[in-house]
Amino acid sequence: MLKALKYLIVGFVFGIVLTKSEAVSWYRIYEMFQFQSFHMYGIIGVAVVVGLIGVQIIKRTNAKDIKGEPIVIADKEPGSARYWIGGLIFGLGWALAGSCPGPIFILIGAGFWPLLLTLAGALIGTFLYGVIKDKLPH
Amino acid sequence: MEALYETWPWYVSGFLIAAVMLCLIWFGKTFGMSSNLRSLCSIAGAGKLVPFFDFDWKSQRWNLVVIAGAMLGGFVATHYLSSPTNVDLNPRTIEQLAQMGIDAPQGKLLPDAVFGAQAMTSPKMIAILVVGGILIGFGTRYAGGCTSGHAITGLSNLQLPSLKAVIGFFIGGLIMAHFLLPLIF
Repeated sequence: MLKALKYLIVGFVFGIVLTKSEAVSWYRIYEMFQFQSFHMYGIIGVAVVVGLIGVQIIKRTNAKDIKGEPIVIADKEPGSARYWIGGLIFGLGWALAGSCPGPIFILIGAGFWPLLLTLAGALIGTFLYGVIKDKLPH
Repeated sequence: MEALYETWPWYVSGFLIAAVMLCLIWFGKTFGMSSNLRSLCSIAGAGKLVPFFDFDWKSQRWNLVVIAGAMLGGFVATHYLSSPTNVDLNPRTIEQLAQMGIDAPQGKLLPDAVFGAQAMTSPKMIAILVVGGILIGFGTRYAGGCTSGHAITGLSNLQLPSLKAVIGFFIGGLIMAHFLLPLIF
């Protein structure tokens, strides 16, 4: 139970930050793709730079995780087609529905029920990928 | 205290998102939200039909707890920390949206034209949300991650595949926002 609590707290902070930064807002995503505001780019940029510094510190100090095990951050599988094509398909959906997977859940939690439709679609899409994955270039 | 209710600045938000990612790494896990969609498919029994979903989703339960926390956070932030000054867009964006028949935010996170009660009686708006969702679910699983897994986690770890994916996200997003949305709305 206590083990689960730390995940709940981290998730809670994530939900608050994404809502209060308005990264969950359909409007902010539209504005971002129109290059009419720095806001979203600033959020992603700062997260990457701070993350990069943190990851470098973890790697260079051979930091241990909470259980005392060495931290291993897995490399992404090499490849190209899946990243370009999959990325492009996700991008189309991101701009159309105005949310990415985290915000879909966060907005449902906030009581925006129409997002249940987006979630249903996302589950169908994930399922479809599972069905045809072996036929796709990766 | 007032600042809590206003739109949080990008540098505070970006810093906290990185902190969330680093916390999960410190817990021996990883930051990636779209994986939960696969777990949910497995929980619904998709593993009986498709081998991709026949995996030990219980090992991913922690991530479902993260998303449950995020939903709770969304509830608290929307109900107790919002202000009518929120979602202060570029005036040019508002003008452009008006031309497409989409209402200005005035503090709302989502436009009524797409998510309002009236919109939910329109087959077109319902189709937009469902199709958008299908593209999101298919694309993220194909690419092996979304904004959290590739843009934040992957780029922070200098992963070339993540850079390809993120460039793909933006190519797709720009095509939709500039060429397709004006045709759809």
